[in-house]
Amino acid sequence: MIRTRPKEQGDQAPPRTLTHRVLTARQTRLGLIMMLVMIVFALAGPFFAPHSPTAVLAKPYADPGDGLVLGADSLGRDILSRILSGGANLTWMAFAATFIGVTLGTTIGLVAAFKGGIVEALLMRLVDIMLTFPTIIMAILFISMVGPSRVILVVLVAIGLTPGMARVMRGAARPVMRREHVMWARTIGLSSRHILMREVLPSVTSPLMVEIGLRLMWSVVGLASLSFLGFGVQPPASDWGLMVSENKDGLAIQPLAVIIPAVCVALFTIGGNLFAEGAARVIGRTEGTRS
Amino acid sequence: MAIETTTAIAVKAAPPRRRSRKATLAWQIGVRVLMGLVTLWCISVIVFVATQAMPGDVAKIILGPSATSEQVAQMNENLGLNQPLISQYWDWLSNVLTGNMGDSLVSGQPVSELLSERIFNSATLTVIAMVLILPLSLLVGLIAAVFRDKFVDRSYLGASLVVTATPDFVLGSLVIALFGTVVFKVLPPVSLIPPGEAPWEHPRQLIMPLAVMTVVGVTYLSRLVRVSFIDVLESEYVQLATIKGLSTRRILFRHALPNALAPSIPAASIMAAYTIAGSVVIEYLFAYPGIGSALVDSVAGHDLPMIQAIIMLMATAFFCFNQLADVLGTLNKSR
Amino acid sequence: MKAVEVTGLTVTLDDGSVIANDVSFSLDTGQVMGLVGESGSGKSTVGLALLGFAKSGANITGGKVVVGGVDLLALGPKELREARKKLIGFVPQDPATALNPAMRIGTQLTEGLLGGKKENLPRIRKVLEDVGLPSDDAFLRRHPQELSGGQQQRVAIAMAVAKGPKLIVFDEPTTGLDVSTQARVLEMVAGLCCDNGMAAVFVSHDLAVVGTVGDLVTVMYAGQILETGSREEVLLSAAHPYSIALLESVPSTRQRLPLVAIPGRAPAAGAKFEGCVFADRCAFVEDRCREAAPEMVTTSTGSQARCIRVEHVLQNQKLLVKEPLHHTENKGGDRQAVLSVRNLNASYNRTQVLYDLSFDVAPGECLAVVGESGSGKTTMSRCLIGLHEEQTGDFEMDGKPLPSRLRDRPKAVKQQMQYVFQNPYGSLNPRETVATAVTVPLRHFYGERGKAARTKAQEALERVEIPWRLADRYPAELSGGQRQRVAIARALACNPSLLICDEVTSGLDVSVQASVVELLRTLQDDGLSMVFITHNLAVVRSIGDQVVVLSKGRVVESGAVESVLTDPQHPYTQGLLADTLEVDRSDAETSDLTG
Repeated sequence: MIRTRPKEQGDQAPPRTLTHRVLTARQTRLGLIMMLVMIVFALAGPFFAPHSPTAVLAKPYADPGDGLVLGADSLGRDILSRILSGGANLTWMAFAATFIGVTLGTTIGLVAAFKGGIVEALLMRLVDIMLTFPTIIMAILFISMVGPSRVILVVLVAIGLTPGMARVMRGAARPVMRREHVMWARTIGLSSRHILMREVLPSVTSPLMVEIGLRLMWSVVGLASLSFLGFGVQPPASDWGLMVSENKDGLAIQPLAVIIPAVCVALFTIGGNLFAEGAARVIGRTEGTRS
Repeated sequence: MAIETTTAIAVKAAPPRRRSRKATLAWQIGVRVLMGLVTLWCISVIVFVATQAMPGDVAKIILGPSATSEQVAQMNENLGLNQPLISQYWDWLSNVLTGNMGDSLVSGQPVSELLSERIFNSATLTVIAMVLILPLSLLVGLIAAVFRDKFVDRSYLGASLVVTATPDFVLGSLVIALFGTVVFKVLPPVSLIPPGEAPWEHPRQLIMPLAVMTVVGVTYLSRLVRVSFIDVLESEYVQLATIKGLSTRRILFRHALPNALAPSIPAASIMAAYTIAGSVVIEYLFAYPGIGSALVDSVAGHDLPMIQAIIMLMATAFFCFNQLADVLGTLNKSR
Repeated sequence: MKAVEVTGLTVTLDDGSVIANDVSFSLDTGQVMGLVGESGSGKSTVGLALLGFAKSGANITGGKVVVGGVDLLALGPKELREARKKLIGFVPQDPATALNPAMRIGTQLTEGLLGGKKENLPRIRKVLEDVGLPSDDAFLRRHPQELSGGQQQRVAIAMAVAKGPKLIVFDEPTTGLDVSTQARVLEMVAGLCCDNGMAAVFVSHDLAVVGTVGDLVTVMYAGQILETGSREEVLLSAAHPYSIALLESVPSTRQRLPLVAIPGRAPAAGAKFEGCVFADRCAFVEDRCREAAPEMVTTSTGSQARCIRVEHVLQNQKLLVKEPLHHTENKGGDRQAVLSVRNLNASYNRTQVLYDLSFDVAPGECLAVVGESGSGKTTMSRCLIGLHEEQTGDFEMDGKPLPSRLRDRPKAVKQQMQYVFQNPYGSLNPRETVATAVTVPLRHFYGERGKAARTKAQEALERVEIPWRLADRYPAELSGGQRQRVAIARALACNPSLLICDEVTSGLDVSVQASVVELLRTLQDDGLSMVFITHNLAVVRSIGDQVVVLSKGRVVESGAVESVLTDPQHPYTQGLLADTLEVDRSDAETSDLTG
């Protein structure tokens, strides 16, 4: 008649945080791997280029041969070398812009949600104004005046990312601020730092990951597009976006000079999006089953 | 004392609840529009400052590094750069508001004349794209929501993931390679519209740019439609409608559609704003004679009055659609 | 022929787990069956399955639902739609989300009825009058969000009744309503079923509600019917150990009963079992209970129960009945109040919600604050802890003045006054383990770290009967009751003198509520003072020494719990007591027998 204790807790899965679950989901992993491959390709590429990316080695749009594996581009430069060295700038600029934009936006969003009242109202008004502001068009304006400085490009893209980021993070942090465990922390007088870092931030890491993936993708899209329009890396230096516009008139003769750089950019951004959407899906599923 | 004041406020505030809600809504929208005008003014200041009052010599930027000092002085004189900044701004703004945007430095013709046809071309392209995007997004979003997690929905999600991530110029280049030059060669790879002719007289030229714009727009908007449809289809009132024994058609179109549509309308407006911003890339890629490609050309030619005019125009349009979305969103929330 | 006959109804999730298992019952015309169960018991699943409907992810995988001679589950989609149109009505739990916000009331009432809108309108008007709503065109043109919660629920009921169905399913229709509205709605439901000759299934988690409205009572647990019979059979002489245990855990407004919690944790929906589903938590369990699933048997009281030891249980259950507890009046004596509140006024968004509240909390006593939704009780508790900004009033703690705003209060006060929140799912940080939750205040107030802190945390957790092996779990892995206990342990770790409990039991199932109430009662015995905010008069009776009755932000009555609940003076309290439903129970006789 001795009863075994009910197996009430024994059969539950070991504790896995949402962050862990996000990072181990198949789709997010695939996205991470794709991004990683592209980053390594872009950063290590210049060291493997067989020729100088700026040297004119053959006739325009020359066929493959004579040591030019993929042929020559519109000015007779080696396509392969230009592809290999055309991603480094894009990569570091995208990461720098994402880092600045995400940090700035997250800070604004969290501070707004935490402070509330007039501080929140002012910050969010500012964000609203920034959101209706045509950042892309403004970027073109500045670059057309000042010239295509890489630092300015990074700053402009970062500013473009900030308001959306701030709005999302404030949206994520606000319900957390209203949660009872945060109120409890306030009632016993824990410091603002403790509350922000220990009670609020861990609860918004998952949406943060989604946003980082998305913003990284947008940075790459924005920077590559600006470069395509001629506002980014300047010729004769090589860049994927620039290569597409340089060689688009010869698309019929030398399609690879356009298609390969275009696909490189796309692989990078698709990786970012895979990660972001995979993370969003994991979070949605977890939170969907919780209620 | 404090207690008495709070009571007094409570008594005054309580009864006219209904009317005050409408009033606050009007007030809210009023504030937004006002803030909008302020933002618009900020844009004009920025455009002015960036183009005319930059540190460094604007005239040199325009004339290029090889200009002589007499040329620079002459240019400064022509542009009115010798006058104080405030009066420069005032002259500039009043000119812009009356439609006088100066003469092109490249061709010498008035900017307004040069741009009118380009604006018409761009507007045609954008309007046709929007006309295609709106119903298509609704249809695609609805189908994906109804077949949620089925094969149709999954393949739609996968495709939209790729399209969302791919920059417009990449998508466009691949489309050109596919239909214009490399594989099929059925469509013209560039969309040149001769001056003086309407875009619709050259439908074949429009197909590819329109296709790219539509695919990008539909991908963005239909995802929002899909999500709001799914939310509505999972709602208790749709469940109750099913339980009442209503037909699927009635549930979809009478119960779900009006509720799912509401959040999509502001999104459509935002999408219009981004379509305008994105048209620069599309027009440049297809060499379509709109204001987007005009901007790229003007920047290359340092045509300052043209740049000012186009940037003001696009920023205002972008801003207006965004503002519209904002107001629509506020209206939605208040329901 | 019976009006409704359900046999072997089974609902399975896509992953194969069974959430409603072999459910059978039958109803005569005009009969109401109360279907009662705790969360996860599958009662709402069964309610929906009676309409041939399963939520996405679930499927009806077996059985028959015969209504008016038609087996709904054997019909094709089109016939099923027709059958739903005329045979069965459904009243949802939350009409605020179940009525379409974009459609007029009139359209929602007439759509789906056979025949055109014109010919149905007179009938609709008649039904609206029957449920106590206006029936003019202006009302029909309204949208749901322009109605009050009670009116919305009446519209939903009218919608179900209008088609003249053979069966009507109510899915917890009174859960969100105040007791007075609830009483009126239940009265109306009983009347409607009787007058229109409809059979009804009334799903609820509340035994008192089921006992009031149901001619028959069916008890569900883990997807199965454990006992079914007439109201008297099930509620007055329950035969199944689960029904008995459930009744033991229900508090009463009439007397202070010891509440007996059911040990262990309710199984998750779809859990798998070898033998009896209740075996793990049953006081009468034998080895053979675990071997095979028991069949339904007819008991000597006349009900049907799924228990192989039912006769043994019936003979021995009286041993379980305990005597009512008695209040030790005036525990606090003349000692100084732990907390005294004078002239507390508070407003919310500049609308005043509290008017001149004054009361004292004596040491070692529990002050119960009771009020319906909108009475301002939660605002009041937030004022006490200092979380509410728009307030004026004088507080004293142990005779010393207490600033009203949190940021002005000294650290010692923050330690002495502890707050436990209503929502067990929000009160713990989801990213922190149980042990961390309890050690954070130890470190904050006493600078305790490492081993010393863990030892103290262990003590606090053991005080609330949370075993130390759960210390490294995250809140998501705990049940609602366990989380609420951890929240209490976290408060206890601060070594408080006053505990403010804001509706701490209202999110919990009744058997879990019993365990939390009993825990709080033992804390009180240890000398802890308490302010207990609740809407439930029966819980007040169970735990309170003194009571303050709040209505529309004012104190309408206060005094000792015994006298206020036995002999209320204010009409509001009288009305509240009259509208609060009770489970009719045999305790009066049995306690005489055993006492």
